Amino acid sequence: MFQVRIHGRGGQGVVTAAEMLALAAFDEGRYAQAFPSFGSERTGAPVVAFCRIDDKPIRVREPIVTPDALIIQDATLLHQVDCFGGLKPEGHILINTGKSLAELGLEEYLAAHPRERVLTLNATEIALRRLGRPLPNVPLLAGFAAMTGLIRLEAVEKAIAERFAGKVAAGNLAAAREAYSRILSSLERAHV
Amino acid sequence: MHEQPIKFYQTGTFTVGNRLLPPEQRTVQSRIKRYNSLNSGHRACQGCGEALGARYCVDAAMEAANGRLIAANATGCLEVFSTPYPETSWQLPWIHSLFGNTAAVATGIAAALKVKRAKGERRHIRVIAQGGDGGTTDIGFACLSGMFERNDDVLYICYDNGGYMNTGVQRSSATPPAARTATTPSLEGALGNAFGQGKFLPEIALAHGIPFVATATVADLHDLEAKVRRAMEFHGARYLHVLVPCPLGWGFPSHETIKMARLAKESGIFPVFAAESGEVVASAPIRRKVPVEDYLRPQKRFAHLFSPTLNLAALARLQELADRNIRKYRLLPETL
Amino acid sequence: MFEQIEGSRAVAKAVALCRPEVVCAYPISPQTHIVEALAEMVSSGVLSPCEFINVESEFAALSVAIGASATGARSYTATASQGLLYMAEAVFNAAGLGLPIVMTVANRALGAPINIWNDHSDAMALRDAGWIQLFAEDNQEAVDLHIQAFRLGEELSLPVMVCMDGFILTHAVERVDLPTQAQVDAYLPPYSPRQVLDPAEPVSIGAMVGPEAFMEVKYLAHAKQMEALRLIPQYAEEFRAIFGRPSGGLAHAYRTEEASTIVVAMGSVMGTIKDVIDEMREAGHAIGALGITLFRPFPTAAIVAALRGARRVVVLEKSLAVGLGGILATNVRMALAALPIDVYTVIAGLGGRAITKRSLHALFRRAEKNDLDSLTFLDLDERLVARQLAREKERRKSGPVAENLLRDVGVIAARNY
Repeated sequence: MFQVRIHGRGGQGVVTAAEMLALAAFDEGRYAQAFPSFGSERTGAPVVAFCRIDDKPIRVREPIVTPDALIIQDATLLHQVDCFGGLKPEGHILINTGKSLAELGLEEYLAAHPRERVLTLNATEIALRRLGRPLPNVPLLAGFAAMTGLIRLEAVEKAIAERFAGKVAAGNLAAAREAYSRILSSLERAHV
Repeated sequence: MHEQPIKFYQTGTFTVGNRLLPPEQRTVQSRIKRYNSLNSGHRACQGCGEALGARYCVDAAMEAANGRLIAANATGCLEVFSTPYPETSWQLPWIHSLFGNTAAVATGIAAALKVKRAKGERRHIRVIAQGGDGGTTDIGFACLSGMFERNDDVLYICYDNGGYMNTGVQRSSATPPAARTATTPSLEGALGNAFGQGKFLPEIALAHGIPFVATATVADLHDLEAKVRRAMEFHGARYLHVLVPCPLGWGFPSHETIKMARLAKESGIFPVFAAESGEVVASAPIRRKVPVEDYLRPQKRFAHLFSPTLNLAALARLQELADRNIRKYRLLPETL
Repeated sequence: MFEQIEGSRAVAKAVALCRPEVVCAYPISPQTHIVEALAEMVSSGVLSPCEFINVESEFAALSVAIGASATGARSYTATASQGLLYMAEAVFNAAGLGLPIVMTVANRALGAPINIWNDHSDAMALRDAGWIQLFAEDNQEAVDLHIQAFRLGEELSLPVMVCMDGFILTHAVERVDLPTQAQVDAYLPPYSPRQVLDPAEPVSIGAMVGPEAFMEVKYLAHAKQMEALRLIPQYAEEFRAIFGRPSGGLAHAYRTEEASTIVVAMGSVMGTIKDVIDEMREAGHAIGALGITLFRPFPTAAIVAALRGARRVVVLEKSLAVGLGGILATNVRMALAALPIDVYTVIAGLGGRAITKRSLHALFRRAEKNDLDSLTFLDLDERLVARQLAREKERRKSGPVAENLLRDVGVIAARNY
């Protein structure tokens, strides 16, 4: 079972991201379970959503305490919330930021973490450009697909088509493709 | 049965039994083929105004609906005295659920009928809901207001006897000021129910902007039936507030129910009017104005205003309430 | 057809397939997504003819359903938590009148303190109201139970509450096999009421009944619930024949063969328990579980049959009878009274406290060693409790409990998951 925890703020589409990830996994014939952190958080408050993916039915209902991957949609949470809590050794970390790890004050903390397992993506910037709205969830999802190889870009694209329509769908598609290729090149750099 | 025309010289709504009117002007109650929706044999008190009001209203509504009527009924005197076997008295489909949810139950009935109608089943059935003033103005108020604002297709009839008579005469928000009840006693010179409290639900109903709101009393059968008939011409939420004197709770002889209702109307303390779509369209004028004292004096619930000393201040305030109604609803020709 | 779908939406689709004629709703978390989805279906004409009524309270929601059901319409509503309590009078009334309304309860804690998260306090508070109560283990079962609920309720003229864990199930997006209209139509006949408000045949529903017949009316309600015990397995079997999967029934035993310890629970926590059972079985522990689907009527015989071979039973429940202990546990104890089985009560997951595999592993191992108190509060923060008790001992005006505890806990955002 692969477990993903998504951190963000209310209004950033954190729950939607988890649901789309589950949808993409479902489209690839796998079992998936997405659920929010069940709060009554308002816009701007820290929120968490979860997604489990497996090849057999998922029965467990506990929150994800030992994630295989983290998507951090809002870097301002890094020093407010224990985002990295329970992350498995060498787990994937994808942070939405235009800054470097050093600028985020994480370089020392993550010094031992494999370079290809901790990546940044300026998803808000991509979303603003491609979608016209600061919604980083879809580009991050595509970036996550590129980073982990857990789901294919096509599945993300299909989930976008199922979830959105018209201009929003088109903008998100463009954002997803750009994010996907950007993360692929980041990975290449990390492996060099 | 054969009807033989008889010539009489006195006509009008004061005329007992309506036998003096031409057949087409007679009330539903005066007809041999009336529905008897609330049949005889129930266990209401002697002189019960509510039993009379319910009989008048439901029969008139049955007439208007060609006998295709369903009633929802709140807990209260009316429900209690009309249902236990062998006194079961309802001759129409009738449901009692709870004290405070009658309007909502009626909404459910209307909704079900709407769907059935869409399926081509059980067409042309109308819905009424009914309750006392406690079940309407107090505990049932939220459901009633919800039914009003959604404009659900229900005629709600409140039989107002100014208190919780079923449980032994306690105060409701429709109890008039200065009235003594079991929970607003007049011991040691106390006033009874306070001035400046309570609510007059017809005005609140009016504020919902529903198609039809009216008041009536059991003293004027023609007016009452005309209002039910008019109400049934509309679809949507309608409200009829009927004053039904209670011999037990008010403390008057049981043969004076109609007289009490008439005095309430003629003094102006209970305004009789009709409103459509939020606007008052007609008032029943006072025929022979009486001082409010004439209405209060025969009732034991106001006895403390007259003895051991005359409470002139309270009587003046009650008269002012009546005068305000007369001005507001234009109940006298000179106020027009 | 398999869909990756939110639990609430899946349930709404299942309810719509049952062709309800009147749906009424008042918003309360975590039930809202269900009725929102139904409102969409009514508005778009997918569900037609159907009246969707936005009422002013839960009390009105169920009262509208009462009126509609008495008029012969298939009626549905949904609620949770305070909403269920607010309509409590009508809950008893619907059962007393014998009206087969189906209501989803998206289980949520009861205040005070106000809490929107999951536990079973709401449904447990109304357990003796005369409704049939079914508990779903996952969203597939939630879907299936709703379809069975209409069939069962209408056959017996009894209202049915389908309980599904708030947020944990209602807001979980997972794979659900949604039935076709043809399947549902084959399973669920049109509603044929025993009593109906109809001018063609006037009846009085809800008459006052005195001491001369009241006991008998209540006895008949009980007898009907007993009849449900016979019908439910039969309807589950018919369901399997049409829909091709087992669902519903009285209770589900999981790896109870040769189990000396059996865990009893209701609702979604069964999934986590099953994972733990698998891992413990792998490690050689003789442990199994029993998930109770039907809580009212209580399937005593089925429970005795499933637990008979165990040496100890751990009842893990998301409800608390303050001043007594467990509610489910008390019922299980009563069922097992004649058998030499130790029963442990474990109160867990109140107000959304996560029930983790780690805690369950430790709990079940302690149970196996008979190292459990007869009443245990799983993952109770004893330090927090002790601090408040000390505070109350120290000064009379110790202040509001909830506020004190929150201050002691400190910033919760940091451990919000």
